[in-house]
Amino acid sequence: MSASARPGWMEKPRPLTQAAKALALTAVVLLVCVPFLVIVSTSLASTQEVVDNGGWVLWPTEPTLDAYRDIFDGGIVTHALGVSAGVTIAGTLLSLACTVTLAYALSRPGVFGGKPVLLLVLFTFLFPPGMIPSFLLVKELGLLDSYASLVLPVLVNVFNLVVLRGFFQSIPEELYEAARLDGAGDWRVLVSVVLPLSKAALAVVGLFYAVAYWNSWFYASLYLESDHWPLQQVLRTYVVAGAGLTDATTGEATVTAPQTVQMAVLVIATVPILLVYPFLQKYFTKGVLTGAVKS
Amino acid sequence: MLPGVAYFLLFHYGALVGNVIAFKEYVPFDGLWGSPWVGSGNFRRMFEDEAFWDAVLNTLWIAVLQLVFYFPVPLGLALLLHTLTWSSVRRFVQSVAYLPHFISWVIVVALFQQVLGDTGLLNSGLSGAGLHTVDIIGDPDAFKPLVVAQVIWKDAGWGTIIFLAALAQVDEQQYEAAAIDGAGPWRRFWHVTLPAIRPVVVLLLIMRLGDILSVGFEQMLLQRDAVGPEAAEVIDTFVYHQGIVGGDYGFAAAAGLFKGLVGALLVYAANKVAHRLGEQGVYR
Repeated sequence: MSASARPGWMEKPRPLTQAAKALALTAVVLLVCVPFLVIVSTSLASTQEVVDNGGWVLWPTEPTLDAYRDIFDGGIVTHALGVSAGVTIAGTLLSLACTVTLAYALSRPGVFGGKPVLLLVLFTFLFPPGMIPSFLLVKELGLLDSYASLVLPVLVNVFNLVVLRGFFQSIPEELYEAARLDGAGDWRVLVSVVLPLSKAALAVVGLFYAVAYWNSWFYASLYLESDHWPLQQVLRTYVVAGAGLTDATTGEATVTAPQTVQMAVLVIATVPILLVYPFLQKYFTKGVLTGAVKS
Repeated sequence: MLPGVAYFLLFHYGALVGNVIAFKEYVPFDGLWGSPWVGSGNFRRMFEDEAFWDAVLNTLWIAVLQLVFYFPVPLGLALLLHTLTWSSVRRFVQSVAYLPHFISWVIVVALFQQVLGDTGLLNSGLSGAGLHTVDIIGDPDAFKPLVVAQVIWKDAGWGTIIFLAALAQVDEQQYEAAAIDGAGPWRRFWHVTLPAIRPVVVLLLIMRLGDILSVGFEQMLLQRDAVGPEAAEVIDTFVYHQGIVGGDYGFAAAAGLFKGLVGALLVYAANKVAHRLGEQGVYR
């Protein structure tokens, strides 16, 4: 569709309707953007300016990176950033590997045990096991205070699995047959035929996993000691709950971090999402829909 | 296939079996299997516990508020976006509206604190204008509207995707034919657009109903301390505080199991009703 194509049969909306629409859309955009602007501005302002302004700044008069310098000197946020990045990368790769292989097996007709396994998987969606049994399981497996406890219990997501399976099923059967005739085994077919064709779906599912790992804080609060915390849990403790920042090197608790520092931590936790978002955004509708429509 | 299957067997079915703890008194030293049985004791205790029923009530209240105030928003937004003929504007608004879905609850709650908290953006503006300040974040009475507003902010944009997909599948010629037959915008909306998205709306309603006892665990947990359990305790946070914090694992697992059973039952019932009404439902 071109930039502005009104079909011939559609009448031009009345000016009042158009104004109302424009107003509503502007409101949506502002409601999303203004909070982020305030956070970024405040993190860039000087502590003095924030105090003068009564807690927040819409546009810093003299931008400074002091807050960020404080954070990266302190140690605790730097360490948490490393934990979050590590868990996100390792977790996403592991999850993708497991989801792709399972989704591929379940997408092929006539796989041994395919039907019961599919039912088994879908049932977990209807009836999740519950928090306490899951916690006790992790505990009995000896995973407490290990980074594996952030990844293994949430390794495969049923929704992502269904999306990928749907996408694999939408690949024309002729392609599979052609590959088979060339003597390709299942692995060959998956790696050289299916995966290259599924880039959009892989990108979307990969993003979903990455975002989930990056955003996760509850499992960290459940399973990890505080010196192993990822960024979101640090954020929760020092910004949302307003506890004093502890210096990781000296172990000394300082007073509640200044507003600028708190906002800088918030920015650091948000930026990775904002960075990957534009690249993957174009795949959303395509990737989600192929799966969602079939499920 | 194997790693994935192993995962589901261990972490879902293994944990599902772990629900036997709901019929036991958990003794850490004896472990899951060695702990003594107490029959339905945990359940009886639960049904007599006032705090549990308060949590159930809070859960239902928030769920109803979400159904009334949150559920229609993505639908309305999708209908609005669908009427846009200027596709670059449409794509821009969509990109912006989807974004909050990818922000963690920790950040969303922090954002709301910054805007609505007692030293936040709103109150700075109010006190600057010489008006009374309002404490929205710490007020138990404001908690339920607040959490619904947060859900709308975070997920309304993302929720439009499925409606937009349903709208995109409507045959353009149906609109054209209706227009040629003299149907104005409202008649076309009523007779072409609405029937096209009805199955999706029903589907989402059913799924919401099955999930009615889950109302944003992380969201509630993050803000429970600010307003106290009377306003913010839902079934999930009840389970968390009784079990993980309080160490009363058997009792908490009983509450969790109760929630799971009721949820599954509700999906089943809602699906039956959908079939009666001639809709596809979630499954057949």
